[in-house]
Amino acid sequence: MSDNDQQLRVSKIRNGTVIDHITGGQALNVLAILGIDGTSGDSVSVAMNMPSDRLGHKDVVKVEGRELSQDEVDVLSLIAPAATINIIRDYDVVEKRRVERPSVVEGVLECPNHNCITTEAEPVDSRFAVGDDGVRCEYCDTIIRDDLPAHILAE
Amino acid sequence: MRHDHIISAKQLSRGDIETVLDHAADIAADPGAFANRHSDTLLGLLFFEPSTRTKMSFTTAMKRLGGDIVDMGSVESSSVKKGESLADTVRVVEGYTDTLVLRHPMEGSAKMASEFVDVPLVNAGDGAGQHPTQTLLDLYTIRENAGFEDLTIGIMGDLKYGRTVHSLAHALTTVDARQHFISPESLQLPRSVRYDLHEAGAGIREHTDLDEILPDLDVLYVTRIQAERFPDESEYREVAGQYQIDADTLAAAKDDLTVMHPLPRVDEIAHDVDETTHAQYFQQAHNGVPVRMALLDLMLGGDQ
Repeated sequence: MSDNDQQLRVSKIRNGTVIDHITGGQALNVLAILGIDGTSGDSVSVAMNMPSDRLGHKDVVKVEGRELSQDEVDVLSLIAPAATINIIRDYDVVEKRRVERPSVVEGVLECPNHNCITTEAEPVDSRFAVGDDGVRCEYCDTIIRDDLPAHILAE
Repeated sequence: MRHDHIISAKQLSRGDIETVLDHAADIAADPGAFANRHSDTLLGLLFFEPSTRTKMSFTTAMKRLGGDIVDMGSVESSSVKKGESLADTVRVVEGYTDTLVLRHPMEGSAKMASEFVDVPLVNAGDGAGQHPTQTLLDLYTIRENAGFEDLTIGIMGDLKYGRTVHSLAHALTTVDARQHFISPESLQLPRSVRYDLHEAGAGIREHTDLDEILPDLDVLYVTRIQAERFPDESEYREVAGQYQIDADTLAAAKDDLTVMHPLPRVDEIAHDVDETTHAQYFQQAHNGVPVRMALLDLMLGGDQ
């Protein structure tokens, strides 16, 4: 079964973004990071744990009516480093992109240090420097190496 | 040297450190020459936690440079009690003063506060994070007593939560000191500090017993182990008791060992050590004035 067949399984979109090759089981975290919760009224399709030659299992997310920018999708590299981004216009793929590891992520992860100033009611977003083997809070220096999805900020 | 804000010892290069220490030595040699250096300057003190030495020595330093201080007072008597955010407090107070000194119980508070103000801000301790001006006066004391060349230092006590330790350990990598860390296993260095020391190329040598390493040390830096770090009083007493020194303990040390402590001490250094030539902790506290005078002078452009 080709990737195109699988995309058909959850219906094609006319205009928007298809995020493919998401690490299996991470689709809902992808939506959480992108702040997509369905309240905008646009169609959102999610397929989880689809068979994949490359990944074994993968998730796919299709967002109708919204073209995601490179900055928006780069943060996904933290939890889905193999994700590919397809920008769709009038049912055609007009642009294919990969996620690139950003140097910094802001407002995405919650610092696990409960004594970090970013966990207080201050007008500041969390900010983590992204390294090769983890991320590090730029305020309190706390390092997160494992299970980044567990630290995604709840909206 | 010109830094807008002094937030962490990690931002200080060897050159920066030597510049401050040299300037502090000049000031200590002739304090009167600097008496009217900053006669129009107001320093804002924002201490969200109790402090004796840091607050009084910053006050003394600013006044000895001819300036004055404006003090927020205790948290209980301020707008913080009404729920004001730190970001709002510093934005208000920067309008009253030329520079700010902040102590706050949360890690990262000084960095965040610095992002909201245009006047220079000095971190005087952020939770278990950093305390860079303590580090500068510690380094001054080390340089005066043992020098930086071929230096072997032992740092003992609460290495996990002790911000003076976190700041000092990083700064000591700039002078290539051999550092030994002596603590109970539950209070060893946190992961972030280990990472930084590793990145700076410093080896971490850890001990649970001071006797293993005491004879090799040029400097022994002792810190307080706090009861609240332990689940119960009896465990605290048992562990803390192993990291107390007295004059007998130091019989195995070099004759010219320098013993330091950021103070306040409780009982980790017995009073009989005070009478020995090893004891430098009171002089260390006194050094806070010329070192903070030097830092303020340099931050306020006094070297130009």
